[in-house]
Amino acid sequence: MTGEIGQLSLCLAMALALVMAISGLSGARPGAAVARAVASSATIGFAVFVIVAFGALTYAFVESDFSLIGVASNSHTAKPLLYKITGVWGNHEGSMLLWILVLALYSLLIVFLRRGGERLISAALGVQGLLALAFLVFLLFTSNPFLRLDPPPFEGRGLNPLLQDPGLAFHPPMLYLGYVGMSATFSYAASFLITREGDGNWARAARPFMLIAWIALTLGITLGSWWAYYELGWGGFWFWDPVENASLMPWLAATALLHSSLATERSGAFRSWTLLLAIAAFSFSLLGTFLVRSGVITSVHAFANDPERGIFILGMLVAAIGGALALFAWRAPSLETGAAFEPVSRESALLLNNVLLTGALASVFIGTIYPLLLDAIGGEKISVGSPYFSLTFAPVFAGLLLIVPFGPQLAWYRADPRATLRALIPVAVFAVLTGFIVLLLSVPNSAIAALSFALAAWVIGASALDLWRKRQSGRPTFTTFAAVIAHAGLGVTLLGVTGTTLWRSEALDVVRVGGTMPVAGYSLRLDKLDAYAGPNFEAVRATVSVLRDGARIAVLTPEKRSFPTEGQATSETAIRTTGVSDLYLALGDQRGPDAWTIRAYVNPLAPFIWIGGAIMAFGGLMGLFARFGRRVVVSSVDAVPAE
Amino acid sequence: MKRAAFLLVLLLFVGAPAGFAQTEPSGPEKLSDPAQEARAVALQKQFRCLVCRGESLDDSGASLAADLRRLIRARIKAGESDQQIETYLVDRYGDFILMKPPLKSGTVALWFGPFVILLVGGAIAAMVILRAGRSAKAGNKSPPFI
Repeated sequence: MTGEIGQLSLCLAMALALVMAISGLSGARPGAAVARAVASSATIGFAVFVIVAFGALTYAFVESDFSLIGVASNSHTAKPLLYKITGVWGNHEGSMLLWILVLALYSLLIVFLRRGGERLISAALGVQGLLALAFLVFLLFTSNPFLRLDPPPFEGRGLNPLLQDPGLAFHPPMLYLGYVGMSATFSYAASFLITREGDGNWARAARPFMLIAWIALTLGITLGSWWAYYELGWGGFWFWDPVENASLMPWLAATALLHSSLATERSGAFRSWTLLLAIAAFSFSLLGTFLVRSGVITSVHAFANDPERGIFILGMLVAAIGGALALFAWRAPSLETGAAFEPVSRESALLLNNVLLTGALASVFIGTIYPLLLDAIGGEKISVGSPYFSLTFAPVFAGLLLIVPFGPQLAWYRADPRATLRALIPVAVFAVLTGFIVLLLSVPNSAIAALSFALAAWVIGASALDLWRKRQSGRPTFTTFAAVIAHAGLGVTLLGVTGTTLWRSEALDVVRVGGTMPVAGYSLRLDKLDAYAGPNFEAVRATVSVLRDGARIAVLTPEKRSFPTEGQATSETAIRTTGVSDLYLALGDQRGPDAWTIRAYVNPLAPFIWIGGAIMAFGGLMGLFARFGRRVVVSSVDAVPAE
Repeated sequence: MKRAAFLLVLLLFVGAPAGFAQTEPSGPEKLSDPAQEARAVALQKQFRCLVCRGESLDDSGASLAADLRRLIRARIKAGESDQQIETYLVDRYGDFILMKPPLKSGTVALWFGPFVILLVGGAIAAMVILRAGRSAKAGNKSPPFI
């Protein structure tokens, strides 16, 4: 029954999405109050049916209803409940349904928050309806999660064991909350281009959606990187894999958008550019979906490898981006431009921020797409690995970090250059000192490490000083906190990246029970090996004592698990963290009755990578608190006489 | 049946990619001469594991990567230079094995594209700032909206 309920709900949702699109877009006309009311109701109905469909699929997974192909090929009765639920989006069909669910939730949010004028909201819902319609057609005709299997098998095939992990359980929903969240901003931008209601206020109206999506994307990327670190067993945290880049591109575009829209909201400066960024941020989300879902790139994230689907998503990509850009080209030139501000001002700093973020984005985009294109046109197969990004992305991003402390110091419109420099002198001194200390203490003396640390100290120091000064001068607001905290998070992540990349120690050895191996001042002793059976796997657990100067300071238990249903093995790493450094153990393979290879890493400052990510997200949350309460009352509807 | 075959392929596909699913067939390879070993490690970082995500030979646990690590060491021992080893690997596996794509006619846009975009963006920004500055001098002040 659940299959039929789900199928029917999706069909009804598709019909309502069509209603949403038509009535929402007709509601853009000044007099069309009825169409606007219909659009709101249709949105609620659409969202309810999507929620029901998603609930039905979840129920089928929890109940192990193997008469559904999706459940039979991705679930198993012996799987723990959490992974039965996460199995819902651990496959192509389910993850596309999750995409639509998130789209529905954001559409509901647009209805209930009622930000911006009536016409602006209505056309935004119309655009959301169009997106929903396209994705529902895609889901129902190429990737239906409710397809039946006859006869149903007795047992399912299980879920990729790599995905059976708490970190990855929440990584896709978080990422989708970010990707699809950009749809709300995109819809507001498109709606503004259609209605031109409220001038720069569309950006103010869309701000909460922008922030929610940015926070979710930040957390999603952080979680994904953390998962890769502890689950893949090779101690790396970022591989510049196309799938990772796919999530970084919308993040960079959204970060640029968050900054440029500040100026647009305040004085209408850069209004065309902000619109373009809103389109770009969602376009890169769609591109990410295309890259991951079409199987263009083969990696652990690409569950499906079906060209038909790829072409469909590519078509949607072209239609959405092309349509939005055409709309932009048609309507944007008539927007009055000619912002006025002095060369030394907050506006200029934001513009510079955007130039550098665009450069960084160009590096990631070209580095990701180029090998695919070269391959597609029959050129040579090349790899674009981390050395490329170290030479193109890193210097541009370093330039960005260099200007970060200036931004919050500069006044809008006209800033006093001398006062700004004076305010930052203590921070500059602190940064230079930090750099020198690192240069002298690092073994071997590393100029890169010194520069990185100086840069991190420059960013974090400026944030700390800013916060302290604002506390002195009165009650700090959420707005004050937001930028300062997010910027500091960036500095903290830089520390983690630098420490892990430059100062990691590693050791690989075959160890017998009772034997030891050294790594970076520690001695690791393999005490015993135990075999045990988990709910859906067999495992070997090694008990390893960590010795320092002969004294035992910790016991770590890395495991090797093999999943008979899926015919795969995973390595459960064991990590001892002091908060500033990780000792990281992974069990390799068996080399005799009581001998195993053990990989050990000491990753200095590794936790800072993800702590920094969490701090950035927290900064975004502060920004959200600052904005959410502020209701936007800009309605041209009241001003326009009824037709 | 076609569907089932597809699912099977899908399952195989999902099962294949992770580096650690395959493990090294024999013990960790190390050269006794520390200078040679350091050269080997440095070389390992420049070449890509051909069957994994963006991992270098140094990061990877795939058996092919382990074979190549041993091959690099064998050639170092035989007295070959880093350049000779690189030439050998590129002849055999193509530019694909290089983590850092070489600069040649086909990759000019790859290497310079980001900087060209950065420069163009910078030039546009400079123009916008100059114009906004002139406008501000003329006494215009874009009014805050709210």
